[in-house]
Amino acid sequence: MSAVATEPTHSHYESNEADNFLINSKGVLSWALTLDHKRIGLMYLVGVMSAFFVAGILALVLRTELMTPDQWFLTTQQYNQVFTLHGAIMVFLFIIPSVPAALGNFLVPVMLGAKDVAFPRLNLGSFYLWVAGAIFFLSAMLYTGLDTGWTFYTPYSTQTRGPVVAATMGVFILGFSSIFTGLNFIVTINTMRPPGMTWFKMPLFLWATYATAIIQVLATPVLGITVLLLAAERVFHIGIFDPAYNGDPVVFQHFFWFYSHPAVYIMILPAMGIISEVMSVHCHKSIFGYRFIAYSSIAIALFGFLVWGHHMFTSGMAEVTTIVFSALTFTVSIPSAIKVFNWLATMYKGTVQLTTPMCYALSFIFLFTIGGLTGLWLGALSTDRHLHDTYFVVAHFHYVMVGGTLVGFLSGVFHWWPKMTGKMFSEFWGIVSCWFVFVGFNLTFLPQFVMGSRGMPRRYARYVEEFQDLHQMSTVGAYLLGLGLFVALGVLLHSLRSGKKAPANPWGAATLEWQCSSPPPFYNFQSPPTVNEPYDYLPLVYRDADRGWEYVQQTTPAPKPVHV
Amino acid sequence: MTSHAHDSHDAGHGHGEHGHNPFLAHHFDDPEQQFDSGKLGIWLFLVTEVLFFSGMFCAYALYRSLHPEVFTFASQYLNETLGAFNTGVLLFSSLSMAWGVRCAQLRQRTGLVICLAITLGCAAMFLGVKAIEYTHKWDLGLLPAGEYISQFLQPAHHAGISPWLYYLSAVPALCVLGFAAWYVVAVTTGQKRTAEVAGPLLVTALCYFLGVFVGIAFQNAEAASKAAEHGVAEHGVAEHGVAEHASVAHDEGHDHAGDERDDVMLVSHSDVPVVPGAPELAAVDQAGGAGVFFSIYYCMTGVHAVHILGGMAVLAWLLVRATKDHFNEEYFGPVDYVGLYWHLVDLIWIYLFPLLYLIK
Repeated sequence: MSAVATEPTHSHYESNEADNFLINSKGVLSWALTLDHKRIGLMYLVGVMSAFFVAGILALVLRTELMTPDQWFLTTQQYNQVFTLHGAIMVFLFIIPSVPAALGNFLVPVMLGAKDVAFPRLNLGSFYLWVAGAIFFLSAMLYTGLDTGWTFYTPYSTQTRGPVVAATMGVFILGFSSIFTGLNFIVTINTMRPPGMTWFKMPLFLWATYATAIIQVLATPVLGITVLLLAAERVFHIGIFDPAYNGDPVVFQHFFWFYSHPAVYIMILPAMGIISEVMSVHCHKSIFGYRFIAYSSIAIALFGFLVWGHHMFTSGMAEVTTIVFSALTFTVSIPSAIKVFNWLATMYKGTVQLTTPMCYALSFIFLFTIGGLTGLWLGALSTDRHLHDTYFVVAHFHYVMVGGTLVGFLSGVFHWWPKMTGKMFSEFWGIVSCWFVFVGFNLTFLPQFVMGSRGMPRRYARYVEEFQDLHQMSTVGAYLLGLGLFVALGVLLHSLRSGKKAPANPWGAATLEWQCSSPPPFYNFQSPPTVNEPYDYLPLVYRDADRGWEYVQQTTPAPKPVHV
Repeated sequence: MTSHAHDSHDAGHGHGEHGHNPFLAHHFDDPEQQFDSGKLGIWLFLVTEVLFFSGMFCAYALYRSLHPEVFTFASQYLNETLGAFNTGVLLFSSLSMAWGVRCAQLRQRTGLVICLAITLGCAAMFLGVKAIEYTHKWDLGLLPAGEYISQFLQPAHHAGISPWLYYLSAVPALCVLGFAAWYVVAVTTGQKRTAEVAGPLLVTALCYFLGVFVGIAFQNAEAASKAAEHGVAEHGVAEHGVAEHASVAHDEGHDHAGDERDDVMLVSHSDVPVVPGAPELAAVDQAGGAGVFFSIYYCMTGVHAVHILGGMAVLAWLLVRATKDHFNEEYFGPVDYVGLYWHLVDLIWIYLFPLLYLIK
């Protein structure tokens, strides 16, 4: 028996190559009707990346128009429509589903050692709701051009001739897609953890996903009823948002931000979860302050519900209310800072390997910190009066949403790409793409902080000449950023064709998803995996490029074989 | 919510070991885990439902606190007899639903079918009464703010059955015909199980019309009693103008609006615009002010009615499965989950009824 005990436990999870989930069944229908969470996750990945591509092109169009202070090729009305499309697609079709629906779907069950999410059919249903919502939303917006901005503020949205009703119905459908994904994850994490995996042995990505799912379930229904009331306002003139009938347009803002502020944390929390994983794995050092990171995810989710008023400081709320919302806004910075400091402490004396995911993760920390700190300017009442509705706000939320979520998403995609596709990508070109993204991003948005603080209002198609230099810097930066993203896409696509075969555990990670083969078999695990400490790297040893990292010591007896 | 119920997975692995339980999905270890997951899932779904309605409850609270006079004035146009009747109907349907869950747990197939049929019937009756309430208000111009017609300027309104009621009843009428035909075919061809589905569905569709007749009867009875009450007064009021009637309506407070107010108003000032010195109620009513109440009323009760319809769809699905004898001591999750949903829909009505109908 001693011979058995020194065998790498890895071999117990070896699977038949034919069981690979990518090829175990063939044909379009085997994908379209699949209940396999991994395939659904990949379909989401393709979907959100397509949405991102479209909205990214629109962003470049906007930036190009802003090269000159006066009109170049877009009328002001067209400019309004393009920035609305850009914002709405990015928010509803890309950022919100990006990490939870695409990566989360793939990873949550595998990280739990489970065969699937709790409700596989609901999962597929929510993917098709996303597709239907996307089609509905896009066709509505393209039909006559929506010009309300992605926030649909009344009273403009009840008066414009744009297709507000159809667009809001698209949002309604997308909202339910998000709710069902969140519901699925909460139930899966609650009821399907393997024996031995207590709450505090869960990978931090699962904590972040759990916190995200709580927000999705609690906040999104409010968005649903809000857009429904907005549609009813337009169709039946219910007057709830119309002063002519004793209604109040500001109520719409309250309703909208009650969802949309927590939604900001739907966007950033899962990216933080990715960074927690990537930081620890690529430093080969146990995560610093595990419980603090876990609790801070939940804290962000809960605080996120109490701060929506900071979007509305200038809308005429009572002064006391604005002070309370301002104070509550500052509390969110505490759990965010806890995370950042813990990531930094994880790197301290770690074996930092500058792989592509790690480079993106470092960019994340840098950019997210700037995004978070500039949020304090906007959360403080006095400075917000000056900065409200300027490019400072634009720069702030792009630092969080793009510098945070998008960069975190890319870090996660590169980190789990070998697991998802079974292919290694070119590290060199991956790091090149990261540099382009990092430099391009800062060149795009740092000038916008300057512009905003000097009074350049957001959403304007024309501007005074003094801002031209800064705008041109920003536009050049946007091209660089776009180039970097194209390189990243190229790296990933190239790896599909000619990447080296990935070992089960190329990075030396200790979480469960690295114990099954790359890509995983369709049943994930032949037998229930042994639950280790998620960030204990001592038993792992690097063999070679083909075998990757393997466990050397077997601390528990061989898992009992279970027939499947 | 119940999507995992019968999971015919594309890659048929993992079924061997669960052969004894055809409804245990492959990714669950045992029926208990499956049941717990479903239960947690449906509770979370109910949380989202509560939050979905919370937006409208907020709107209600907000506008009630900002414009209490509008709510006092407008809520008198709701008929609380019908509201109370509907409350009773829904409470009873909750009882039959809970009983149905017990039947499923005890594998009493017939009992379950009967309980589901009663629940469905109550739901349809609720909608029938609701149809009467809605169409009556549409006739009177008690509409959302933008379309609202002032109750002090209203032209003559013909009595009798609203044409809207015919439109609303078209679908249930088609259902009656369809289910009746289906039931007859099933019985004559001896398909017992199909008849067990078609029969309750036919009863359900008929219950809608039962609700409609109950609604009409209540409304006529109330109109008659009001007419008798005011019969004497009416002839002498032509000059009294709005003030007195408004105050009558105000004093009586709980009166349902409809017929009684119509009669009075028409006699007193058929085409007279509101004169200077008109009562404050008229001022409340002007310029669509009272319409916000009806906006909120239609939004809340309308979304609630949509939930009733959704509930009926899943109840019908349960009915089909119940006749196939799918539920037993080990596997009754779907009945339990739908039951919880149904109780929530009932519960929301329990809040809507006092908030809209009773509080003055």
